[in-house]
Amino acid sequence: MNKNNSIFESRAQGNLKKRHRVSKIWRSSFFLSTTIGIFSLVILLFSIINQAFGYVIVENNVDPASLSSMPLQSLEREELISILQENVSKNRFKTIQRDNPVEELKRSELVGLVTSEIIKPTTLKSYFLIPSLTNKAEIIRTQQDEFPNAVVQFRSWISPSFLTDPLSTNPDTTGIRTALLGSLWIIVVTVIIAFPIGIGAAIYLEEYSSNNWLSRIIKTNIDNLAGIPSIVYGLLGLAIFVRGLNLITSGAFIGIDQSNGRTILSAALTMSLLILPLIIINAQEAIRAVPSSLRQASYGLGATRLQTIWYHVLPAAMPGILTGTILAVSRAIGETAPLILVGASSFINKDPSGLFSNFTVLPIQIYNWTTRPQAEFRNVAAASILVLLIVLLTLNTAAILLRNHFSKNKAA
Amino acid sequence: MTENKNQPIITVKDLSIFYKTFRAVKNVDLEIFENKITAIIGPSGCGKSTVLRSFNRMNDFIPGASIQGNILFHDKNIYDEDVDPVQVRRMIGMVFQKPNPFPKSIYENIAWGAKMNGFSGNMDDLVEKTLQDAALWDEVKDELNKNALSLSGGQQQRLCIARALAVKPEIILMDEPCSALDPIATLKIEDLMRELSHNYSIIIVTHNMQQAARASDMTAFFTMDEDRAGVMVEYGLTTQIFTNPKNKQTEDYITGRFG
Ligand SMILES: Nc1ncnc2c1ncn2[C@@H]1O[C@H](COP(=O)(O)OP(=O)(O)OP(=O)(O)O)[C@@H](O)[C@H]1O
Ligand SMILES: [Mg+2]
Repeated sequence: MNKNNSIFESRAQGNLKKRHRVSKIWRSSFFLSTTIGIFSLVILLFSIINQAFGYVIVENNVDPASLSSMPLQSLEREELISILQENVSKNRFKTIQRDNPVEELKRSELVGLVTSEIIKPTTLKSYFLIPSLTNKAEIIRTQQDEFPNAVVQFRSWISPSFLTDPLSTNPDTTGIRTALLGSLWIIVVTVIIAFPIGIGAAIYLEEYSSNNWLSRIIKTNIDNLAGIPSIVYGLLGLAIFVRGLNLITSGAFIGIDQSNGRTILSAALTMSLLILPLIIINAQEAIRAVPSSLRQASYGLGATRLQTIWYHVLPAAMPGILTGTILAVSRAIGETAPLILVGASSFINKDPSGLFSNFTVLPIQIYNWTTRPQAEFRNVAAASILVLLIVLLTLNTAAILLRNHFSKNKAA
Repeated sequence: MTENKNQPIITVKDLSIFYKTFRAVKNVDLEIFENKITAIIGPSGCGKSTVLRSFNRMNDFIPGASIQGNILFHDKNIYDEDVDPVQVRRMIGMVFQKPNPFPKSIYENIAWGAKMNGFSGNMDDLVEKTLQDAALWDEVKDELNKNALSLSGGQQQRLCIARALAVKPEIILMDEPCSALDPIATLKIEDLMRELSHNYSIIIVTHNMQQAARASDMTAFFTMDEDRAGVMVEYGLTTQIFTNPKNKQTEDYITGRFG
């Protein structure tokens, strides 16, 4: 008894120490991987936020107080228009009238116009968040020494007016509305095109096609398509949609006067091509994961194939299909390269108004701004990145809510 | 012999079933009688489920499955070109080994199949009637909107039977319907089968000798030949098969000296 015990202990101990050591090493390396991942994310977010907020030293070209005794925001539309007329040159006013007739503008838009055309606030120097928090005295001293006519303000580069103002070449007055609307238009149209086609293809491949060599080749190729670099889709879109189908994508076939095919429609079609393989693959997986007992139950009751798919397979697969769509849309919304090829404008301040409008999108604006020399554009770019992230999170949240709605029906 | 009094509702003639090139069932001849409970017994892998699925063309969904021979239902071969398998399944319903209610409410589980079959009468009445026929009404009448998956296994299986009844089939196929159930739930289903046999013909595959002996009128005993193909060894009245089997293999099996 005693002897057995000690044998047990001596053998067990030897193994145990080694095993514990090995498991400890693995455990800490897994932990390290997780930490590195999270740490990089935090750094990324931090550096964006750091650039999107901070002190600025601003100088106004014209003192707002000299235009009106009251703050601009509280003026009526007519007063704002007359201020505009009195303070800009005749030619400039004509140009403004041609781009955006002032009579049709809202009050907030007029305030923006007066600010950008007359007051012309210029940011002389901008600071990131960290120096702003730690070094305020220094910033104020710089302003007093170097820019005695200017003022120091704390600025959040992302603001309501940043979201609602159109693009402009001035980092102080530019908004992101044009690009934001462009991104939203393209995503919505893309989903409308790609979602039904993707699900349809997945249903055909999983529920109808027989398992012969042809369908196997098709399936393998769809997997490969998902891995093709997005720029290739851009080239395809340029050749097919922008050039080849010019008559359709420009809207000329319904009499829209638009000389080129560089439209929302072309972009959305290209994006649909890009995300179709992702949607198909994920939908196939989801459909395959539907238990066969469910199909049997339905067929056993004398249901047709279509009824079985429509009432049982699709609802059961929907959470998985939506997850795949979330991933695909998240990819599409951040894509830049293919859209540059199909002709996103790098500068445009007219809102997209339909399928046949020219457009720009958030990632392209971000890219443009980061390549500008003025330091303020980096702040603007950081703010747009935040907007892009928020759009992404909002879309994902909506899709997740939808998914949970479907999952709830399935739960016991 | 009593079996000759009735007209057969299904006549199986020289049936062989293949999975690709593997012959799973070989040369079966069998007659199923109206309003009787027919049990199919035999060792695992002898092709009981395969034969049962061939009665309502559920084998059509298995890639590579094919049949030879005829299965006549009301004297019409259900494998004829002009027969729509969906129509066959509406007349010959099926209850599976594992309860598989739809992940919907109890009510919808029953209403769905009827709706798909073009039922246009009063749905509430139909649901109540079939649940009563399936001896489930008293247990669920106050919670018809509850998710069917929250029922117990035995209740789920009776719901699946009720669901099959709502389509108004003539025959109900059951593949080991009680194998996932406890003895009490099993007895309930057996009583139910007895009740249902007044209006329906039932074919049941079972591994449970007592169940076959207790609950069935006719028994078919299958086994495998040397190629692992399933063959029918003996078919007759249940009382005769269990008390006075003609075949040595049948006797060995039912007395537990086999498999
Ligand atoms: N889908 C299938 N594809 C290929 N072979 C199959 C398939 N289903 C069954 N078989 C084969 O057919 C034979 C009969 O199978 P079946 O399921 O009909 O047996 P069973 O009598 O129901 O057995 P059990 O009592 O275990 O349920 C077995 O050899 C099995 O391997
Ligand atoms: Mg079986």
